[in-house]
Amino acid sequence: MTQADFYSILPILTILLWALLLLLADLWIPKERKSMTALLAAIGLAVGVGLSLSQIGQTALTFKGMLMLDSFAVFLNIIYLVSGILAIALSYDYLKRMGIERGEYYVLMMFSIAGMMLLSQAYNLIVVFLAIEFLSIPLYIMAGFARPRLESEEAALKYFLLGTFSSGFLLYGIALIFGATKTIGLEGILASLNGGEANLVLFIAGAALMLVGFGFKVAVAPFHEWAPDVYQGSPTPASAFMAVSVKAAGFAVLLRIFLTAFPSLAQQLMPVVWGVAALTMVVGNVLAINQTNLKRLLAYSSIAHAGYLMMAFVSASNPNQTGQAVSSMLYYLVAYGLTTFGAWAVVVSLEQAEGKGLDLDDYAGVGQKYPWLGAAMLVFMLSLSGIPLTIGFWGKFFLFRTTVQAGFTGLALVGLLTSLISVYYYLRVVVYMFMRPGEPRVRRDSWLSLVVVGAALAVVLLSVLPSRLLEMAAQAVLRLQ
Amino acid sequence: MNFGIHPLLLVTFFPLVGVLVILFLKTQQKKAIRWTALATSLVTFGISLWVLAQFQPGTAGMQLELRVPWLRLDGLAIDFYLGVDGLSILMVLLTALLTPIAILSTWSAVEDRVKGFMVFFLLLEVGMTGVFLALDLVLFYVFWEFTLIPMYFLIGIWGGERRIYAAVKFFLFTMAGSLLMLLAILVIGFQTGTFAWSDLLEKRELFAAAQTWLFLAFGLAFAIKVPMFPLHTWLPDAHVEAPTAGSVILAGVLLKMGAYGFLRFNLPLFPDATVRFAPYMAILAIIGILYGAAVSLAQKDMKKLVAYSSVSHLGFVVLGTFALTTQSVSGSVLQMVNHGLSTGALFLIVGMLYERRHTREMSAFGGVWKVLPIMGALMLVVTLSSMGLPGLNGFVGEFTILLGTFGSKVLGSPWFAGVATLGVILAAVYLLVMFEKVFLGPVKVEANLALKDLNVREIITLVPLLILIFWIGLYPQPFFNLINPSVENLVSMVSSALLAAH
Repeated sequence: MTQADFYSILPILTILLWALLLLLADLWIPKERKSMTALLAAIGLAVGVGLSLSQIGQTALTFKGMLMLDSFAVFLNIIYLVSGILAIALSYDYLKRMGIERGEYYVLMMFSIAGMMLLSQAYNLIVVFLAIEFLSIPLYIMAGFARPRLESEEAALKYFLLGTFSSGFLLYGIALIFGATKTIGLEGILASLNGGEANLVLFIAGAALMLVGFGFKVAVAPFHEWAPDVYQGSPTPASAFMAVSVKAAGFAVLLRIFLTAFPSLAQQLMPVVWGVAALTMVVGNVLAINQTNLKRLLAYSSIAHAGYLMMAFVSASNPNQTGQAVSSMLYYLVAYGLTTFGAWAVVVSLEQAEGKGLDLDDYAGVGQKYPWLGAAMLVFMLSLSGIPLTIGFWGKFFLFRTTVQAGFTGLALVGLLTSLISVYYYLRVVVYMFMRPGEPRVRRDSWLSLVVVGAALAVVLLSVLPSRLLEMAAQAVLRLQ
Repeated sequence: MNFGIHPLLLVTFFPLVGVLVILFLKTQQKKAIRWTALATSLVTFGISLWVLAQFQPGTAGMQLELRVPWLRLDGLAIDFYLGVDGLSILMVLLTALLTPIAILSTWSAVEDRVKGFMVFFLLLEVGMTGVFLALDLVLFYVFWEFTLIPMYFLIGIWGGERRIYAAVKFFLFTMAGSLLMLLAILVIGFQTGTFAWSDLLEKRELFAAAQTWLFLAFGLAFAIKVPMFPLHTWLPDAHVEAPTAGSVILAGVLLKMGAYGFLRFNLPLFPDATVRFAPYMAILAIIGILYGAAVSLAQKDMKKLVAYSSVSHLGFVVLGTFALTTQSVSGSVLQMVNHGLSTGALFLIVGMLYERRHTREMSAFGGVWKVLPIMGALMLVVTLSSMGLPGLNGFVGEFTILLGTFGSKVLGSPWFAGVATLGVILAAVYLLVMFEKVFLGPVKVEANLALKDLNVREIITLVPLLILIFWIGLYPQPFFNLINPSVENLVSMVSSALLAAH
């Protein structure tokens, strides 16, 4: 391992080592003081953010072409790390009051983040597979962490079964591609494709299988069925974490592989991806209309947003728009992530033991009794539906702009019409909060409030001054061959 | 005189100062909250007069322009771009005038959650003023959408029985139109590389090929807002459920945003499509005029009647807009103001009656003039103004529109004006019927005998409107002086396309 190799995985190594040490240290932390573990985990992630920030602007192909450090990967790593910190802030009080506080929770989360970071740097299909498993397995456990609540068990099992099933697709796809190109490195695959040595039939079959595998991970239709059940059953902070970072990780690797290694294929797969994007937007938004459980509603909303993110993937198939598609997708991920974390934080603060306090009816009167919490949720709902003066508006704006410029006005139209549907169910939450009388019970916790207020402020302020973040996203464009 | 801040920036965002102060007041301090809101909106009105003082009536182009880059990114230029011309100056003044009046009308009508009400009301004013001043398409869209949120809450929280249904319907209808507009904005931005109105005027050839679709996408958003037949169904619901102050602003200003949008964007940016679609738009407008009037005739609820009359009156505005003569367009702009004044006043009076009797059914009244002489007299003037009696403002606007439409080359037939004139007659019928049922005859219902006449606050809310009703009716020239240069410029821009077409 050269120094460059070492440096390129320094943040990942740090998180991993920190997690392992924390696992040991946790043994000596008394049961009633597990918040220590949470704090230590958060510090570890913060160190990771610092190290990742120091990598900004660097590009390095390391480990003999197995890993790629570029600003795309760094940008995403920071997203994962920050979302980890936010998830810890949500979990801090939640685990305690639900009686499921155990130190392993935080360690598992760190492992999962390390897996995601590895995934964003993966430049070899085996590393991709390894990283995906690495990030998923801790999540299966986290989903079932609310043991012995049946719903949580169910979530864990469903997630595990479908997750492994999709990994099977992925692995089979990788095998076929290896068969077609005699290599698993992304650069080698590209060279073999360009050289005309690859067996195209095998190759396309492999790529399609991989698409299915990733489709499961990011929960796009028709592979989305698991998401609502899993998000509903898992401990709420874990659902928030999954809804943001797993989605980001899935889309990151999708872009990386399909744009770096299969650029010529992007054109051929485009109609399929187009269909998947449109279907996901329609299915996610339409099914969300009837949800009365907030966790399920946010789950369907996250499916719908996966559809919007798919739009960027479609646009990226136009060679002139690839850079812009990537940057608008990164921007959308940040906008979606911030907003989603805020919304889940509100859900956490209203949730009661035994899965109570999650119904729309439980939100009645929040706006009147807790005006600031209500206002924050209003901001999040508006942002998720893409209404101006929220960061969600700019997210949609850039995404639709890219889609229009890449020549997919029809898809943009589908996106716009489905976001009209989304306005309806997001507003329903607002209706309950502000226009119906009720006696809501809200849990007050300073970390939670910090996330809610911080996210709401960020959502609004970043919309007034959108350029800085957008420039960052634009600089994080992935290195293309 | 200069406060170091650009006047347009100040007039748009000053209400935020009031919002900030109100947020720091306690929920129980209702009086302080009301006074803060009123004072803020009055100062805003003062600022709008200051803007008027700096406005040069003789010039056609944009004035007091403020243009700051907002977002710059590879090929993307979004500006924070404000400006005022003859089309928008009156709208800004109308907004600034109606807001304090509406706030004053809530003094005793809104007792519940006053803090939130005033915050939303002032935010609404920011949004509305911004819509009329924004000259960058994206900025315009931001303000346009932003107005939805406070209005949604005003209807949904402080509205009547079916308020939630009405609020959601209002939101979804408007949103449906504006999303297509957003798509059109993106397409224009992609083809020209700019969103700024003045740059787009020069580069309109670049998107000329897609004019038809762009016209329809923008047109749908504006037609829903106006609202034009058959997209009007949200309006009666919203109006009936909204609190009085909300109805005043809704009818007085929000609907004008649609009509203004046509004038500001559709006509100059897509002139060929405008000329092509003008007859159809005019036909829809005339259907709206007659339909709105006919439905008004059948109403038993006063507020519903006034709401449907808005559909009819706004039909005249759209007709004048698409007749595309200087006269008719100027008439439209003035009629937008007129409608804001007289319909605003009608809603205020209906609201005052409602506060006293908690019903708006016309059958519950009758002979009220004997009990409420001041209200009766004021209502008579307002009714006459709304139906277009010569000497009052409504006549000036409608007459100019019809005269201009009569000679319109684009429409090419005097029938348009001829049929539309029926709407004026129908308006006289339904408005007078309402007046008769409510105010004339013997007092039929005993509960009405004990009603109290207007108090000083209520008279103060109505007087400014009445003064303007008379002023515009008797001496409209100063208003036309403000409007005309910009309208002439606009019409010449469109008719150059007309010449090219023939």
